[in-house]
Amino acid sequence: MATGFFATDFGILILTLLKSLALIVPLLIGVAYLTYAERKVLAAVQLRKGPNVTGPFGLWQPFADAIKMLFKETIIPDGSNRYLFLFAPVITFGLAIIAWAVIPVNDHWAIANINVGMLYLFAISSLGVYGVIIAGWASNSKFAFLGAMRSAAQMVSYEVSIGLVILSVLVCTGSLNLNAIVLAQRHIWFAIPLLPMLVVFFISGLAETNRAPFDLPEGESEIVAGFFVEYSAMSFALFFLGEYANMILMSGMTTILFLGGWLSPIPFVPFTWVPGPIWFILKVAVCLFVFLWVRATLPRFRYDQLMQLGWKVFLPLSLGWLVLTASVLEIFGWLPHA
Amino acid sequence: MSVTLPDAIAPPALKSCPPAAQPAQPVPPSPQATTDAIETIWCDADHLIRQMQYLKTDQAQNYRLLLDITAIDERQRTHRPHPNCADFTLLYHVLRPTDGKQLRVKIPLTQDALIAPTLCAVFPNANWYEREIWDMFGIRFAGHDNLRRILMPESWQGHPLRKDHYSRATERGPFVMQAATEQAEQYALRDSPALAGMIDDADDDPETMIINLGPNHPSLHGVLRLVVKLRGEEIIDVVPEIGFHHRGAEKIGERQSWHSFIPYTDRIDYVAGVMNNFPYVMGVEQLAGITVPARAQMIRIMLAEIFRIISHLVFFGTMVQDVGQLSPVFYVFTDRERALELIEMICGFRMHPSFFRIGGVAADLPQGWDGKVREFLAYLPKRLDEYQSMVMRNRIFKARTIGIGEYSAAEALDWGVTGPGLRATGIAFDYRKIHPYSGYDQLAFDIPIAQRGDCYNRVQLRLDEMRESLRIISQCLEQMPPGPVKSNHPLAMPMPREAVLHDIDTLIPHFLNATWGAVIPPGEVSTTIEATKGLNTYHLVSDGTTQPYRVRIRTPSFAHLQIIPAISRGAYLADLIAIIGSIDFVMADVDR
Repeated sequence: MATGFFATDFGILILTLLKSLALIVPLLIGVAYLTYAERKVLAAVQLRKGPNVTGPFGLWQPFADAIKMLFKETIIPDGSNRYLFLFAPVITFGLAIIAWAVIPVNDHWAIANINVGMLYLFAISSLGVYGVIIAGWASNSKFAFLGAMRSAAQMVSYEVSIGLVILSVLVCTGSLNLNAIVLAQRHIWFAIPLLPMLVVFFISGLAETNRAPFDLPEGESEIVAGFFVEYSAMSFALFFLGEYANMILMSGMTTILFLGGWLSPIPFVPFTWVPGPIWFILKVAVCLFVFLWVRATLPRFRYDQLMQLGWKVFLPLSLGWLVLTASVLEIFGWLPHA
Repeated sequence: MSVTLPDAIAPPALKSCPPAAQPAQPVPPSPQATTDAIETIWCDADHLIRQMQYLKTDQAQNYRLLLDITAIDERQRTHRPHPNCADFTLLYHVLRPTDGKQLRVKIPLTQDALIAPTLCAVFPNANWYEREIWDMFGIRFAGHDNLRRILMPESWQGHPLRKDHYSRATERGPFVMQAATEQAEQYALRDSPALAGMIDDADDDPETMIINLGPNHPSLHGVLRLVVKLRGEEIIDVVPEIGFHHRGAEKIGERQSWHSFIPYTDRIDYVAGVMNNFPYVMGVEQLAGITVPARAQMIRIMLAEIFRIISHLVFFGTMVQDVGQLSPVFYVFTDRERALELIEMICGFRMHPSFFRIGGVAADLPQGWDGKVREFLAYLPKRLDEYQSMVMRNRIFKARTIGIGEYSAAEALDWGVTGPGLRATGIAFDYRKIHPYSGYDQLAFDIPIAQRGDCYNRVQLRLDEMRESLRIISQCLEQMPPGPVKSNHPLAMPMPREAVLHDIDTLIPHFLNATWGAVIPPGEVSTTIEATKGLNTYHLVSDGTTQPYRVRIRTPSFAHLQIIPAISRGAYLADLIAIIGSIDFVMADVDR
């Protein structure tokens, strides 16, 4: 490992800060261009052009948006709880960034390669609901309140099936370490034996990130913008960034759990030369495209239908599949014993 | 052509409305001769309820649909239609859905006793019409449980459709908005849940919440306001508030010449363009006794059907978007653009062509029109197939719309629902078939119907109707007769130039027509058409002058909005949006 300056306590701190910076900056740029990609993909599906004026192919559009947001006035509604109102977007955005600490983009390329990485991710993503509830409550608006209620119910419900899906991956790897989970897929991606779980995980991911067709907390045609209806300028932008960072995070988790992380999909020479992070980014991009594609295609669920899907379909399915996986592993003696 | 109806059901009992009287012996009616041969009888206010009850429930009468209620301020009228005619006349317009026959009942009212019994217990949809009459004429309805203004703000002074009310701002003093006035207006808006009977002291359940959707809301299609009482996400009550788009079209009609009112009609249902001209010009033609040449009639039908397609496309796209599917609205507007290009090619205008004229249409079809129309006919069916598989077969869309916002045929008739909304309940009632006008009887088309009367049916029906409209257009294309596009009638056409220059007897009418406008003979007509959203009726009263004495516009959207509370209670908030979307209304068509 590192020697000299970077082996001292202070050096480790500096090194971690540098690593974080090296992660956060590309991540934010990624978020910015995800908004661009979303607009372009939606436009393509809807036979429009999308942003094409600011810079070549509209490529500077995300920066133009960011600058616009920065210069707008942050309006704090009368009757809102001022501090919580401003704190909520910080929570949402902060959590979306913090989760990235354990995501390995290549072998041992994570800021914190901790043994309970999966548990950490799970804990952080569960906290995400607080940003939404606080925003909805602190706004002191009925629309925001309805949005927050929907969101709380939705995120909690889908967390359950996400947890069970993750468990069935864990019984296959025997480790909570994300690095180990990826390495366990050297021979076969979990997407193949656990295909139904991939589907459940991805759909729950849509619900967890409040994306279409589960965008009820925003539900534009019903409750206008849901929990962030009262937000403007940068406080709004933080929610926006948080949502997109969460989308990337969900895609990252899908990649790690099911799509073999940074491993090359084609295990022979010219392809194995391609660096791991490139594969990782490509896989994440494919997942993100599906996110956008779904949004362009499907209508929105109704609140009770969404709950029904979560509790009556996904929960039994993932639970059953977990039992099945564990039984198969036990019977054939494939359990990964530590 | 006849339509079968479900058995009559008792109308839902309304709060504090008098109990429905037993079907009574008919009061000896006092008939009135009218230009349009629609049976018109005079009756007095005391016998109104019994008369209407009889008309509705008697098997031989069976006038199940209350089409319209309106009033006429008769005080300045020179040509009184009937000896009973007093200061004001209440006009009840009913329709028999089995054969499309209409009947008018008139009630004379004197200036010092402007009161009549409410009809809510017989026809639930009388509610809003009576509020509108109170608002516009100041006629009270005894027993009405919510007699508030409906189109004008509660603070309005006077009743606008009375002849003594000014019609332009220049006829009154300058308007100044004081801070106090502004505040009072704001408070008036705030009070409306209480006024609407929504806040009940006995029921102060802490679980309920009142939210206000609109007048600015992304999915209310214009300036509609819905005050919604919720328990969680479940709707306990909804009160629609309208009037934000009120432009006084009926009042404007009273000071336009017969010709110059045509462009105003276009703006009433603003997505249906010439469809609005249709009943108006037909009415004036009936009053004046003008026959329209066959070619003009065929052109009218063709344009009306293109606009039906345009309107249904807009409906479809926005409805689907309300349910959360983002893309189809863009495809639909692409198709609408194609249709509007046809309209532009023929009329020179896109949304509001005002192409119909009294006695015909404004101009002949341009060269090469048939090729363009043929292209459109070949283009649209494939797109409709796509929508069928992309939207109608989508499982989420089905889950969101099947069984949502259901109403039965009997309820639909009680609330005055017509058009696709009525046909979705299994009644094949289409005015084009049942009472063909302008030559619809020469064309072959079917009436798509559905059985369940839910949101899904209403959307599906409109897709099917577009195919039928395409069939009609293709027949117009094949059968378009040659000949003039305007009737050679002195009230419809300028006098022949040659004659004007040589002959004083032609010059004088030419001069009068060109400066004052056509003088239409006195009389009264109601003309009804199957517009895109339901029955659109114009009731025109001519007093033998260059202007209409009264223009009453009965629009389908106004009637359809009234059913929202009845079908939304117990549904979820998201369903309310689907219901609103599926009802297909245009706020300008509601408020006029």
